[in-house]
This record gives sequence, structure tokens and C-alpha cells, in this order.
Amino acid sequence: MVRLITHNLLSCHVKGCTRNNFPLRFQDVKVELREAEFNAEFLRNFVPRIEWKALVDAGKELGDTSLPEELPEMLGDEFLKKLHHVLLEIHVEEGAMVCPNCGHVYKIMSGIPNMLLTESEI
Amino acid sequence: MLSLPTPDLSHLTHEDYERVYEPAANKEDTFILLDALEADVEELLEAKPRICLEIGSGSGCVSTFAAKILGPSECLYLCTDINKHAARCTHLTGRQNNVTLDPVLSSLSDAFNQRFRKCGGVDLLIFNPPYVPTADEEALNAQGDADIAGAWAGGKLGMEITNQVLNNDILSHSGRFYLVAVKQNDVPSIQERMNIEQGMPPLRHHYSDRIFLDSLPLRIRPHAADEVLDVLHLSQPFDKHLTA
Ligand SMILES: C[S@@+](CC[C@H](N)C(=O)[O-])C[C@H]1O[C@@H](n2cnc3c(N)ncnc32)[C@H](O)[C@@H]1O
Ligand SMILES: [Zn+2]
Repeated sequence: MVRLITHNLLSCHVKGCTRNNFPLRFQDVKVELREAEFNAEFLRNFVPRIEWKALVDAGKELGDTSLPEELPEMLGDEFLKKLHHVLLEIHVEEGAMVCPNCGHVYKIMSGIPNMLLTESEI
Repeated sequence: MLSLPTPDLSHLTHEDYERVYEPAANKEDTFILLDALEADVEELLEAKPRICLEIGSGSGCVSTFAAKILGPSECLYLCTDINKHAARCTHLTGRQNNVTLDPVLSSLSDAFNQRFRKCGGVDLLIFNPPYVPTADEEALNAQGDADIAGAWAGGKLGMEITNQVLNNDILSHSGRFYLVAVKQNDVPSIQERMNIEQGMPPLRHHYSDRIFLDSLPLRIRPHAADEVLDVLHLSQPFDKHLTA
């Protein structure tokens, strides 16, 4: 499955596509929610590695508007619970991720994103 | 030291293993990697890796084991493979063992590299590569076909694929890299390159049981006789465990 924590780390890597190639946009997605164990310390540690706006926007694309536009300074439990859900519990099972720059389509099938490129695209 | 059972792989079938590399006692490499991780479990727990990446996860056995010993919710377990059946098996093996792995079909870490450079990189990198020396063309074809041959065909010195990973600077500044290598890969030169090119200190420990892989079915890995497996453990400088 593609969770938003993973989506936040993926960019288009087609040859020559190096700007405005992140975040990939979701298209025609089928989403499943699956509970995950809450771990506040992990989340606090992970926050600095997140591209915040990309996460908020991706959440919205998947119909979740619970995250604030700005990352709060205090990472309280209530906020972390929301972050936990958006980052780790939304699973994109089918659909695609599309590069905002070159339009390359990366398919997601049975929960697995296909980021492979053909030789001419590398 | 706590001894953990190897992951449950009972859901994988003979058919799966025709397409995906099978962790098997007579090949040893998968298990030597588990042993190396288990031997370091206390240090790894203390280091608290948050991003783990296994390149070429195959059955998903190694990442599942990592998630079991480090804690399923303590870290993100990314897994790449070029073989779509491997990605599927990795997914299933995580599930079978109650851990969440995030498999991505990708060559090496290609789809992540740009973001890794910005977000600090990988804390725990694991790679049991196609390390068998073959003709370059054979390795190239295996990469293109993305089938079972891609699990072993390593090109010149068995290093064509591994070299690409060594050239990619994706480790975080306290990152660790567990790499399986065999004698023919020229282990001292891998070590040296890591030191010179990426400021890594000499090998912290040299995990080796001197296991000989001479019982391999030739059909699968024609050049694999007389291999010696090593798990290289490379840590970045300033690692507080270095002096241990
Ligand atoms: C020796 S097998 C190891 C499998 C598993 N990690 C284990 O230890 O049992 C090597 C794996 O690397 C994968 N592989 C080969 N070339 C790759 C590449 N360029 N990028 C990602 N994975 C690759 C193969 O498909 C295979 O699953
Ligand atoms: Zn692009």
C-alpha cells in the first residue's frame, strides 16, 4: 500500500525531470483505512523529515482535511493523533501518482506503487 | 542476547519461489544478514533508526525480521525491488508477521533519492545484492527482465549493482549499512571505497562466519561455488559506537 509517509518521500525521477517533480498527485485512488499502533515518540522524531505542505495537500486529495496548514510548534497528543492517522493509517490500494511537472503516471496496483522507469526514461 | 525466531514464511509457495529469491539454509546469505542484525540489536535499538530501507527485499524476510527486533511502530520500513513478485511477497510477509512493510517497485533507491537528500537520508540501509560475478550483459539482461536471475546476476566482480548503491550517498549522518558481499566482490576494496568516498571509518566489525556456499544448485547460480559471505557493517563517522 502507499501510505502518505511513503508518498512524502517519493518524487518523479524521469530523466531531466528535476523541478516541480514533487509531490506526486494522486489519481483515481481506492483507499483503505487500517489501524496502526500509535507511537508518539516515533511521530515527534519523524516530523522534521516530513515535507509538511506536501503531506497536508496529499491528505486533502484523499479527503482528509484534519491537518493544519502550518506545522504547530507544540506537538501535543491531539495533533499527533491526527498526524498518526494521516501519515500511517490511510492506504492507497489502487490508482496512480502523477508527476506535476512531466505528467508521468506511476501506477499503484494491489497496494504497490510502480516507480520503475523504462530504459528510455532513465 | 534475545533470540528471535525467523519470520514466518509459510504463506509463500513453491510457485512464489520460482520468481522470488528464497531464503534457504543452503544459500545462507539471507540468514547471515538476520544474524548480523540480531547481533547488533542492542546498538540498533539505542540508535533508534526512523527510516529503514531494504533494497532488493525479495521475500521480505529480512525487513520483517528488522521490524520485529526494532519494533513495528518505531521505524518506517521501506522495501524496494525491481521484481513485482518480490514486492508482492514482501507485502504479504509483513502482513503474515503482523508488521507493516512499505514495498515499492523501484530500482535501488531511485524514487527516493531526491527526498532522502533533503530529509536527512536512511538510518538503516540493508542490501543483500545480486553479488554473483557474471558477464555484464547477463546482469544487464537480468535487471531488464526483473525476474529471478536479477536476484544473483551481479556483472563484473558481482559488483555492478552494488557499485551503484555505494555511489549513492543516501545514508543519514548516523546511518548504518548492512551489505552482503562475497569474496569475489573484493571486500577490502568495498571497504576502502566507503572510507575514501564517503568519509566512512574502517569497518567497525567484520561479521563473518566463513560460510561456504558450495551446495548451491548450479541451475540457479552458476558461478556461486566457493563463495565466502560477509556482512559488511559500515557506519558513518561520529558514531558513538565506533570505538566499541
Ligand atoms: C540475493 S536477493 C536477496 C533477497 C532478500 N533480500 C533476501 O535476503 O533473501 C537480491 C534481490 O535484489 C533484487 N534486485 C536486483 N536488482 C535490483 C535493483 N536494481 N533494485 C532493487 N532490487 C534489485 C532482486 O530482485 C532480489 O530480490
Ligand atoms: Zn516528472
